[in-house]
Amino acid sequence: MIFLLWLLVSLVVFFGLGIITGWLERKLTARLQWRVGPPWWQNLADFVKLLGKEVVVPETATSFFSLAPVIGLAAVTTAGAMILLAAFQPGSSVDLIVLIYILVLPSLSLILAGASSGNPLASVGVARELKLMLGYELPFILALLVPVVKAGTTNLGVLFRLQLAQGMTVGSISGLLAFGVALLTIQGKIGGVPFDVSEAETEIASGLLIEYSGLLLGIFKLTRWMLTAVAVFFLVFYFWAGLSRVPSAIGKYLLIVILLVLIKNTNPRLRIDQAMKFFWGWLTGISVTAILFAYLGW
Amino acid sequence: MNLLTKALTKSLWVFHLSTGSCNNCDIEILDCLTPRYDVERFGIVLAGSIKHADVLLVTGIGTRKNAKRIQKLYQQMPKPGFVVAIGACSCSGGIFRDGYPMAGPISSLIPVDVWIPGCPPKPEAIIAGLVSLLGKLK
Ligand code: SF4
Repeated sequence: MIFLLWLLVSLVVFFGLGIITGWLERKLTARLQWRVGPPWWQNLADFVKLLGKEVVVPETATSFFSLAPVIGLAAVTTAGAMILLAAFQPGSSVDLIVLIYILVLPSLSLILAGASSGNPLASVGVARELKLMLGYELPFILALLVPVVKAGTTNLGVLFRLQLAQGMTVGSISGLLAFGVALLTIQGKIGGVPFDVSEAETEIASGLLIEYSGLLLGIFKLTRWMLTAVAVFFLVFYFWAGLSRVPSAIGKYLLIVILLVLIKNTNPRLRIDQAMKFFWGWLTGISVTAILFAYLGW
Repeated sequence: MNLLTKALTKSLWVFHLSTGSCNNCDIEILDCLTPRYDVERFGIVLAGSIKHADVLLVTGIGTRKNAKRIQKLYQQMPKPGFVVAIGACSCSGGIFRDGYPMAGPISSLIPVDVWIPGCPPKPEAIIAGLVSLLGKLK
């Protein structure tokens, strides 16, 4: 019952945060390109507009076509609720491993969506997204292990609070390395630009989402914005002692969003093999090093 | 004006279709996205797939080979959707009106909401056309 309440809170909080973060991404991109960019309610207008559009379901689509967006949204909301619960209710027993599982679901829902729409371009997107997922999950999990090694627990609430006593995780070498890796893998998770091969608008015409329209597309867009917000929120609390003070947490949140936008705007889209090499080579190497450092107590 | 229509006027997603244009109109459309004109200020962005689009921008005369495809794309566009014909070619056939591949003009293939003449129309003219589309919506 109490978790239902947290789910509702999470939906409201991350809906707002997601809309604002999605707009920030567009606005910052526009400013970087010397444009003016859209007003702050732009993403809300996009979402409301999509609610009023016709939903076209292709003849070849299977029944998962309309189920997939709901799975993605539900997963993001649950992940958000778990993080909020761990952060703001002392003594809660939220586990990191469950959260890692749930954070995989939005990508899986995208894959389900592409596969069920029966479009050849979407199936190209599915193949790429699957490979990409295998790529970024490994370094992502390894990077999240660094604070676990230090604290010796996977209880999220404890991991958040321990930083108040011992200083933030990014303050140490291992923590800093892990934070960098987590930042880049999250860019892959949300399908940000160097790793957006599965959507690639100019190449495979939005790939996974090519057949989606109206409300269903709206839910996918919303899921993506909310996922960005949840992921950044998680980074702030997990690596950067987000619990310490509210204004500084907001500053950290904004800083991470700005970093993600900068990465997005200064890198061209990677081919899938380059992305895999990057994830399984560089990032995995760095995160393993970080874990070793963490064992040494650095 | 209800909320959904209001949201629609603030967030037009555009699908760009070239059907036998000389490519000049297409370049002028891209001009609208550059820092100087920046139509994203009004929520207008290019969509990668017709299923995401609210507006079908057509340039070119609508060749015989493309005629069927234009109609198909129009049918696939989720409603409410609008058609904007850009350039003299798509409005009337322009300099290609007596050419052998001519199957258009576009308005003989699909219902057109706004015509933007010019060869090519300036970005200002395209923005003026979009504004008149918004006026029509209201
Ligand atoms: S209207 Fe003129 S500029 Fe545009 S496609 Fe036709 S010939 Fe080219």
